[in-house]
Amino acid sequence: MESRTLTPPARDREIRERRGLLFEESRRGRRGIDLPPPEFPEPSREIEDEIRRDLVDGMPELSEVEVVRHFTRLSRLNFAIDLGLYPLGSCTMKHNPKVNEWAARLAGFARVHPYTPERLAQGCLELMHDLERMLCAITGMDAVSLQPSAGAQGELTGIMIIRAYLAAQGSPRSVVLVPDSAHGTNPATVRFCGYTAEQVPSDEKGCVDIAYLDRRVDGEVAAMMVTNPNTLGVFEENIARVAALLHERGALLYMDGANMNAMIGITRPGDAGADVMHLNLHKTFSTPHGGGGPGAGPVAVKKHLEPFLPVPRIVKEGEAFRLESERPRSVGRVRTFYGNFGMFVRAYAYIRALGGKGLREAGETAILNANYLRKGLLGVLHLPYLGPSYHEVVLSDREIQKGTGVRTLDLAKRLMDFGFHPPTVYFPLIVPGALMIEPTETESREELDAFIAAMKAIVEEARTDPDRVKTAPHTTPVRRLDEVAAARQPRVRWKPDH
Amino acid sequence: MRYLPHGKEDRLAMLEAIGASSFDDLVSTIPEGLKLTREIELPPALSEIELTETLSLLAAKNASSASHRSFLGAGAYDHFVPHSVDHLLSRTEFYSSYTPYQPEISQGTLQTIFEFQSMMCMLTGLEVSNASLYEGASALVEAILMCQRTTGRERILVADTVHPEYLATVRTYLAPLGLTVETLPHRADGRIDDTALERAVDESTTAIAVQSPNALGVVERLDRVAGIARPRGASSIAVVAEPYSLGLLRGPGEMGLDVAVGEAQGFGNAVSFGGPYLGFLAAAASYLRQMPGRIVGETKDVEGRRGFVLTLATREQHIRREKATSNICTNQGLCMTAATIHLALLGKEGLRDVARWNHAAAAYALARLTQVTGVRRAFSGPFFNEFAITLPRRASEVLPALAARGFLGGFDLGRWYPEMERSLLVACTERTRRVDVDAFAEALQEVL
Repeated sequence: MESRTLTPPARDREIRERRGLLFEESRRGRRGIDLPPPEFPEPSREIEDEIRRDLVDGMPELSEVEVVRHFTRLSRLNFAIDLGLYPLGSCTMKHNPKVNEWAARLAGFARVHPYTPERLAQGCLELMHDLERMLCAITGMDAVSLQPSAGAQGELTGIMIIRAYLAAQGSPRSVVLVPDSAHGTNPATVRFCGYTAEQVPSDEKGCVDIAYLDRRVDGEVAAMMVTNPNTLGVFEENIARVAALLHERGALLYMDGANMNAMIGITRPGDAGADVMHLNLHKTFSTPHGGGGPGAGPVAVKKHLEPFLPVPRIVKEGEAFRLESERPRSVGRVRTFYGNFGMFVRAYAYIRALGGKGLREAGETAILNANYLRKGLLGVLHLPYLGPSYHEVVLSDREIQKGTGVRTLDLAKRLMDFGFHPPTVYFPLIVPGALMIEPTETESREELDAFIAAMKAIVEEARTDPDRVKTAPHTTPVRRLDEVAAARQPRVRWKPDH
Repeated sequence: MRYLPHGKEDRLAMLEAIGASSFDDLVSTIPEGLKLTREIELPPALSEIELTETLSLLAAKNASSASHRSFLGAGAYDHFVPHSVDHLLSRTEFYSSYTPYQPEISQGTLQTIFEFQSMMCMLTGLEVSNASLYEGASALVEAILMCQRTTGRERILVADTVHPEYLATVRTYLAPLGLTVETLPHRADGRIDDTALERAVDESTTAIAVQSPNALGVVERLDRVAGIARPRGASSIAVVAEPYSLGLLRGPGEMGLDVAVGEAQGFGNAVSFGGPYLGFLAAAASYLRQMPGRIVGETKDVEGRRGFVLTLATREQHIRREKATSNICTNQGLCMTAATIHLALLGKEGLRDVARWNHAAAAYALARLTQVTGVRRAFSGPFFNEFAITLPRRASEVLPALAARGFLGGFDLGRWYPEMERSLLVACTERTRRVDVDAFAEALQEVL
């Protein structure tokens, strides 16, 4: 175990060097697909010549073999959760159960068209209905729409619901409060819902400053968005007071469920007074991150907000399920069809596999693992907030930078040479030189020990051989890339004269 | 629990290492009143064997293109996806990785996105593309907002034959921003009324969005739309809900349009009861810094090797927060990977040949179905792989009878346009065979 992590693994020169683009590997006349012999007559030429094309210039010409090798090679340039710890804070990179992948590919799910008559799609509707009910039980909320495509769209839908609800009461109000530790999607979402985003400072514990909030919340404040546990990994102890304060003044509490993994089975946002929240099925409920999507961001609400949920809604009548679109107070739809159904299958399978007891065990283990890492890294990295950590721990490079000049980014890059994906860095913004580490519940003690050992070795190396760290990574398929040049003269597509 | 590695002894040892006497010590800051004192009420945990049975039973309750012969389209197309695509997608390095924040260990994803962007530029005839968006409808919203940021104008015109769920989504998003959409009518042949368009566009118009093939299956003269928009300084947006049409129809950029946006599900992704799919957005180069979403660019590493990075991040929410071009956080990574692999397999000739098969199958189906007594073509405008027919009876009465004979006979246009309750939108793909069309025509004859 020690030798695996402390010695940078040897890399395969072949994959490092054979990295042509599809277009460069292309040779005229090759093809990767075929069709049955023609069986339809040549259609009459109704489409005018001015809008017709023949071949698309530049498209690659490759056989199946070449395409398969091309993408197999590319795949080997990526790190992945199945290769080891992927401790990106707030991203919840947990194991993706393989049975879920099988299930989502069943013809009875994957080959069902979204406009299949409802009575012939009862299995899909039942799964969605049951998933909604299970998410209600988990969050303590009353109703769920699975429609939003990802967490950010769930946030947007949630704030739209708040706006529609308040508008129905007389005025949508104008300001939404966002803690200074929030994800960037929160203020961006607020803006795209026609509100002004206003930052609320954190107190010395890293929690919402309740005294400030008390002074600030007036008739202009529509809502506050709170992530709990927040991006410092700290549970908002005063969450119920925050909710009560907002409610007294006619404002609502939006819960960003990005960090729900720490609460599952232990506490419920609905019980703490949240009016609206979203969940990330790709975080808490194990659906794969896919190299950056697809996600799914169901939005959950309390009873008073249910009429405003997106349409269509799934309704159960007797033993049958149907879709209902006639909801006059609904915000409308936020996308085509009903949401990322393939993700619903996976999340449903995950919840059914764990049950209530298993989910609690998962939540507890996520917290146990984060605290175990925290303990192991105490004295190695600086801990800026001393309160208890939940699903993740935020550390900083403060002690190391002095004298060595080694920065957070350097530590992160060096971790790659030790076979780990780096944690989230430079976030949350309120911690200078932050490393935000979320191990999740699916990491074994050995994997956590190996990470701690690697981190210790790197910090030691920062003192003895800082240049080695500052120039890392050394063993990856490419080394540090010039991001400034990429942005200054953007080259965002291949061209033949490249 | 099989997904959790620790045994009981591990837990105790870890608690001891942390210095906690029990798990409760770790959650001491959760107020007592908020702690759950009972298990969440959920169905009991299932072993993998039971889970497999349960999911199989649910899937068996659905009609699919595996159990029925399907002519459903209307924005989601059941194309044949070569097995190589799913085989490659199942490589854990593609599906269990995340957004390529660390480019040194994410070149596989980054290069794939760069190849995707390149091919979307080729297909659309435009200069820049992003790394994909959620799906077609929200992608259209993003395109409209991008044009609005660029032109600074107010009026947004959308053809009334843009997919109604796209139009509904646009309205949902624009309402809180105080923006409204004006719809443009279509003519009897199913194409947009260019006289009305000509009259509607003025100096305050930010963008005109026209879908081709449109929601009635009719192919538009996008070249004329561009010709009307450009002199008045309005952006023109081509909406594409069936990406295979780009294998037969000229790229919108080649016809003078500024933006092409839509749904690329048909490349590599199953219909999957409506998602996950992938939206695409390509535009003229001048829009690059106003684009929403992830964009990958080419650069070099310290040793001079070519590499790819996420670029122009100063547009995005994690940097710009409330001043970002969108609140979107990721792309549709895996769906985009599927599309890229499928496009690579199709290649230059394959894309054309498959598009032609789609078109020929639809032309044959139209000819064959309009031989059925009382069935006629609904719109005379040209079509690609989907067309509308008018039946002597309501489509909602005919479809169940067809389903009983094993056919998902198309989409009831009355669901979108109440005056078209006797019209059926019929889609064909390269999965459509002549015997299927013949059998469908016979079944339709029987049930009418």
